[in-house]
Amino acid sequence: MNWWETVRTGYDAVRAHRLRSALTMLGILIGIAAVMLTVGLGLGAQATIGAQINSLGSNLLVVTPGSTTTNGVRGGQGSAATLTMADATALTDEQVAPDVAGVAPTVQRPGSLAVAGTNWTTSVVGTTEDWSQVRARTVTNGRFLSADDVSGKAAVVVLGSTTAAELFGEENAVGRTVTVSGVPMTVVGILDPGGSSPLGDQDDQAVVPISVAAERIFGGTARGTVQTIFVQAESTEALSAAHQEVSSLLLAMHRITDPTAPDFTITTQQSILDIANSITGALTAVLSGIAGISLLVGGIGVMNIMLVSVTERIREIGLRKALGATPKVIRRQFLVEAAVLGLAGGIAGVVVGVAGSAALSNAIGQPIVVSPSATLMALAVSIGIGLLFGVYPASRAARLAPIDALRSE
Amino acid sequence: MSSDPTAPISTTPAVGEPLIQLEGTSKTYRSGELQVTALQPTTLRVDAGEFLAIMGPSGSGKSTLMNVLGCLDVASSGTYRLAGSDVGSLSEEELAEIRNRRIGFVFQQFNLLASMPAWRNVELPLCYAGVSRTERRERALAALERVGLADRSDHRPGELSGGQQQRVAVARALVTEPALLLADEPTGNLDSTSTADVLGLLAELHDAGRTIVLITHEDDVAAAADRIVRLHDGTVVSDRSNAPRAGLHRAGKVPS
Ligand SMILES: Nc1ncnc2c1ncn2[C@@H]1O[C@H](COP(=O)(O)OP(=O)(O)O)[C@@H](O)[C@H]1O
Ligand SMILES: [Mg+2]
Repeated sequence: MNWWETVRTGYDAVRAHRLRSALTMLGILIGIAAVMLTVGLGLGAQATIGAQINSLGSNLLVVTPGSTTTNGVRGGQGSAATLTMADATALTDEQVAPDVAGVAPTVQRPGSLAVAGTNWTTSVVGTTEDWSQVRARTVTNGRFLSADDVSGKAAVVVLGSTTAAELFGEENAVGRTVTVSGVPMTVVGILDPGGSSPLGDQDDQAVVPISVAAERIFGGTARGTVQTIFVQAESTEALSAAHQEVSSLLLAMHRITDPTAPDFTITTQQSILDIANSITGALTAVLSGIAGISLLVGGIGVMNIMLVSVTERIREIGLRKALGATPKVIRRQFLVEAAVLGLAGGIAGVVVGVAGSAALSNAIGQPIVVSPSATLMALAVSIGIGLLFGVYPASRAARLAPIDALRSE
Repeated sequence: MSSDPTAPISTTPAVGEPLIQLEGTSKTYRSGELQVTALQPTTLRVDAGEFLAIMGPSGSGKSTLMNVLGCLDVASSGTYRLAGSDVGSLSEEELAEIRNRRIGFVFQQFNLLASMPAWRNVELPLCYAGVSRTERRERALAALERVGLADRSDHRPGELSGGQQQRVAVARALVTEPALLLADEPTGNLDSTSTADVLGLLAELHDAGRTIVLITHEDDVAAAADRIVRLHDGTVVSDRSNAPRAGLHRAGKVPS
């Protein structure tokens, strides 16, 4: 009996035992689809967070006051660790920091915006004209802050798209006046929607000149100090050079001699990504564990059905042997049957996994990334289990004397 | 392997030559402490072209003997020569080939595969003989025609009566044109009309030169044979010829 005949026999047997075949395939299908969905969810979350971090801007360095703890000892030089406008201004120096393309010092506090009886509390960001470039944000309508606005302490504000919609609805906000924490200011532009990021909702904020924020809106202690300095490097390659330049300049400005004990922290996008990836990696690992369990459960189902069906068919094996089948031919027949079931179930599982990913992704608004390697592994495991438990008992039965197999109940 | 003189039967003996030779062949079943000698050491010769009936009460070892003759089971002692070659020395593959080409089986329980239509059941031995698909179908349909079931070839066993199922089984047994046909109580589950049909078929095959070993415990069934061997407690107690072939099987032709 050649292979083609054997394949036909196997295929016929699969068709002849429809329910059993369907259940086996279902077990394989569920295992594979579950792996694809759960691993895909984890990878999808990773991709989303990565994209959000990248949307902060490109080639970005984030300078914040205070030091990260190193070896459990808090760094800093005793005096209150602060960043100032002077630091930011120094960073714009082409000679000292040639790899820095843009510097955006920011101060940020919650503030209340009001227009004709409508109130809206949002995040008020004081910054300079470089902010839009550094943070990779554009303006839909109107313009962004200009250098003159910052130096001339102009009472102008650029609103996030959500903020504008909350205050002005459908109307055009540009040119209108809004009071920001009691200070009347003119809306000069609306930011393009930027989605959410690890730094919060990018579409609900009010951006004002840092000079105005410091002196008129926040007042008091805010004067001269900044919370965060966003620094953009000239290019990805220049990122580490820029990191160096920012670090040595700030050390000099703050008169710190020990470079291992700065009173500021420079965070790169990569370091944010690394942290995020370690979190989403843990998430993916948990999801993979769940997927592995579903694979195992599906596999046990497949095993049970295979074992039962082969046991049921020992008489058939005896008959086939009586009619002239050799053990080898019997083994092949069951191998082909198990392979047909495994492949059909596997393909169905992949189809359901892909379709399910798309549907679930739509339903929950999260991307699901189908992982080819996880899919392959799931396919291999479930088909392997089907083959093992479909072929092993059959090959044992094929070694029985035909009459013993025929007589078995 | 057919060129190897020590290996399986390459030629079928001519009528009158010994086809089956048992010498001191016995079969003992062991299950734990318990030992049952189902077949005492037996010496028996069956020539090609004979129609032999094996009779005896239930438990006397008839099936045990037939299973040994059909290479479905191995004897515990003694030798069994089938067409001159010693079955005990053959490999699993060679035994499979003998069962496939030299022996046709008819069982009391029909042993048809329920999921396949009649013609697929009949062609099964041909699959293992490596016969091409078109030839298999032709031969299966011809065999069904011969047992009067040409119009039932697409029916599954479940859609056939007991007598029809057994005729399908006979068609399956004769489709490979085996030298030896072994039937273990083939009429045990059949009514008298179907019994007559099946016995008629066996007689026809015998007339066509086949060697037939028929197991039964019914006298009128055994009457179809021309030699009757009686077993009791695993021992041959009588072996005589049964000259006048009268009885059920000559009653009528095979219905269609
Ligand atoms: N597989 C087996 N294991 C143990 N004892 C068996 C087995 N097959 C048959 N026997 C015993 O061997 C004896 C002969 O059985 P069998 O050849 O089937 O008789 P018959 O076909 O004449 O009714 C009986 O006593 C039976 O119980
Ligand atoms: Mg019996």
